[in-house]
Amino acid sequence: MAECLKIFVSFFKIGLFTFGGGYAMVPLFRQELIEKRKYITEDELMDYYSIGQCTPGIIAVNVATFTGYKIQGAKGAVSATFAIVLPSLMIILLLAGILNVLSDNQTVSHAFAGIRLGVIALIGNEVLNLSKKAIKTRYHLFVFGVIAVLLFLFNFSAVEAVLVAAVLGGLRFFKEKWQ
Amino acid sequence: MIYVLLFYEFLKIGLFAIGGGMVTIPFLFDLTEKFNWFTAQELTDMIAVSQSTPGPVGVNMATYAGFKAAGVLGGCVATFGLVFPSVIIVILVSKLLKKWSENLFVADVMAAIRPAVVALILQAGFELLRLSAHDYFAFGFVVVFLLLIHFYKKSPIFYIILSAILGVVLKL
Repeated sequence: MAECLKIFVSFFKIGLFTFGGGYAMVPLFRQELIEKRKYITEDELMDYYSIGQCTPGIIAVNVATFTGYKIQGAKGAVSATFAIVLPSLMIILLLAGILNVLSDNQTVSHAFAGIRLGVIALIGNEVLNLSKKAIKTRYHLFVFGVIAVLLFLFNFSAVEAVLVAAVLGGLRFFKEKWQ
Repeated sequence: MIYVLLFYEFLKIGLFAIGGGMVTIPFLFDLTEKFNWFTAQELTDMIAVSQSTPGPVGVNMATYAGFKAAGVLGGCVATFGLVFPSVIIVILVSKLLKKWSENLFVADVMAAIRPAVVALILQAGFELLRLSAHDYFAFGFVVVFLLLIHFYKKSPIFYIILSAILGVVLKL
């Protein structure tokens, strides 16, 4: 029970301070779940993102459910999911009536413009952090290059990109086996 | 009964929208044609607002849409419907993952997917850069912030608050 409460607090904080959703959440997941609480490893976070991308639903929510399950089983999964959704729910429902007025306010829109740029920098930093861990060999660099080309030049969707990478990994397995 | 209908419609979105928040948008536009819960114009405003309020964008949009359709309870019902299928599916996948994580084939596949995830995050960053950094000043702001974050490892929450303050001070 105490553990579920800790999970709840962690994910509530993440939900409250994520602007931009999905991948903008990675820096907060790292700080709270990998570095502070040591619930999961970097590899696990990347695995959850890749699978969460291909399972139905919202990616950030899927990653939260995965992590919660890893820590405390089904109970943890439900706590983490509930906690990551709750800040959104509270803020939207509380502010729904005045959200349009708020977004027309000059000060608020300057603050959001600042946050949007800050979030880009946080995501950029995350690319640097994760590439150290995920791109260690020439083969990894090859996969990264192929997927980047498919995403940037051929407009592949995220799901398609993950599937292509999975096929590349599968081929490597059989290649090693036959050697 | 509108709540049952809302739950059912968002359950369907949660089940069939694969690839995250933005993928739910076409499903939400379908709802504007099927029901008179909200108009396409209102939905466009909701999408804009959902991107600036905290939390996963897909969840924000569902809560907002549910609220427009049937008030506070509607917002709760829509959100619950959206999240419900993925929780069940992710728990099942987690069980399988636990069982298979020692398997060498699965390990090779996952090792190949990790560099792909880095590419996905890079793409997400570029997409946001394209949408939000309109001039050289904004671009410079991102670069300076990136160096700051990389060399002074403070919490992301610290940097988010700092960027909001700077946004107001510098009138970004």
